[in-house]
Amino acid sequence: MIDYNKVLSPAIMGMKPSGIRKFFDIAQQLEGVISLGVGEPDFKTPYVVRREAINVLEKGRTSYTANAGLAELREEIAKYFHKRIGVDYDPKDEIIVTVGGSEGIDLCLRSVVTQGDEVLIVQPSFVCYSPIVTLCGGVPVPIETKAENEFRLTAAELRGKITDRTKLLVLPFPNNPTGAIMRKEDLEAIAEVLRDTNILVLSDEIYSELTYSGKHVSIASLPDMRERTIVINGFSKAYAMTGWRLGIAAAPRELISQMLKLHQYAIMSSPTVSQFAAITALRQCDDDIVKMRDEYDMRRRYLVDAFNKLGLDCFTPQGAFYVFPCIRSTGLSSSDFCEKLVYSKKVAVVPGNAFGDCGEGFVRVSYAYSLSHLREAIKRIGEFLEELKNGTVQ
Amino acid sequence: MEKLLKLLKNNARLSNAELAVMLGKSEADVAADIEKLEKEGIITGYTAIVDEAVYDPNSVTALIELKVTPQSQSGYDDIAKAIAAYEQVESVRLMSGAYDILVSVTGTNIREVSRFVAENLAAIDAVQSTATHFLLRSYKVNGISVTANEKDERGLMFP
Repeated sequence: MIDYNKVLSPAIMGMKPSGIRKFFDIAQQLEGVISLGVGEPDFKTPYVVRREAINVLEKGRTSYTANAGLAELREEIAKYFHKRIGVDYDPKDEIIVTVGGSEGIDLCLRSVVTQGDEVLIVQPSFVCYSPIVTLCGGVPVPIETKAENEFRLTAAELRGKITDRTKLLVLPFPNNPTGAIMRKEDLEAIAEVLRDTNILVLSDEIYSELTYSGKHVSIASLPDMRERTIVINGFSKAYAMTGWRLGIAAAPRELISQMLKLHQYAIMSSPTVSQFAAITALRQCDDDIVKMRDEYDMRRRYLVDAFNKLGLDCFTPQGAFYVFPCIRSTGLSSSDFCEKLVYSKKVAVVPGNAFGDCGEGFVRVSYAYSLSHLREAIKRIGEFLEELKNGTVQ
Repeated sequence: MEKLLKLLKNNARLSNAELAVMLGKSEADVAADIEKLEKEGIITGYTAIVDEAVYDPNSVTALIELKVTPQSQSGYDDIAKAIAAYEQVESVRLMSGAYDILVSVTGTNIREVSRFVAENLAAIDAVQSTATHFLLRSYKVNGISVTANEKDERGLMFP
């Protein structure tokens, strides 16, 4: 019999599965669970985009594209960046159309991180950065953001973690799971710390279109920052296109040319039908973005108010589609809170520590759900808190 | 106002306090906005959306097209108002195109609706002809999808 322990890579075997797996399994086996646990829009992809994909299929345009993506799409992406963040990328050799934002992150990390490099990772944050850094032989160094700073990264926190081995800063804003954003002045302070170093920035801006007060600002738009920044964005959240698997990596050509080699060998080219459809999204769907954002905004206001009224402190997030209430007042750990809640009231939320140790004491609540769904969930959470107080939790 | 209307069109039972939170306004402002919308006749009423097919599985709804001879003084108005006065009539609309008035009627069964068309609508002197279409199934009513809850195909949890 083959001994798989001997054939598999120790690095892969040592990789921890995502921290929400356990709750997923519990929630899955219960009947009638209402979830606030997903990280994708509840909206459908705008109809014109779906229609375009059907047209493309009918015409049989199903071959590979250029490795970096359709030239026409890259041109639209360049225009998009110019318009939205005021940064110019050459569509010829500074943009890759990736398989989701995730692939862009992977390409970036694998292209720059080598043995012993320290990678600063703002936490709480999306779960994929640390495992990939570790796989590259790098050392993930969490920078813990704090509720009292509205989960923004401060210059002091950053400075405190920089060593002569620091290679890269992962800057994920608007943030999943906290909903925090970095305002221009916050980014200026970060840029000031990095300006005279050799440290790169991986700016994961996948939620950039979901910014509720003012305009999203990219660190790449600040003086001297374009040259050291890899911008990751994509179609999943802005255009409700998660399943199309289409993301964007943009950076100076010296970086993109290296990342493109990896993309070429691992992926060849991103899904062709999705790429054609994405051109339509960029050209025709600005209004859809606004509509979806307005809808999220109302739900966001509703949830922040509802959690604060229930006695779970919840700062007002300015981005993404999550709220991140503090559950310490219940005396429970994040995991216990989530487990008890799902068993007794069949409401699934994600424990904050799934996004880094400093997420302990919080839970992530997604508002990519209809208002009536959210209201029902809040009602159940209210009952749960009441029963916790009375010691009658089932 | 647009956002307020959208929220109310989806669920007119939201309280002013809830609306205020969602719109980032004060409760008093929301109350004033609603009053203004009502006064200006933009909001003309609040109603429950009833799925008649569930409430009474035998009930039927018909859309009836009427060709009408306009009257010398009142045009279509008097006839339309006379039709609107029937309790079973849910809506009466003057239309452009191949016919003039579109009436919707709900009754407890097909025979009842048919009799109403024959005896009450077709019998009006100015009505030249009628075409009755029975409604088979509704997919969207008042901007709200009413097909049996579309299943959320997303997983329960995703980072």
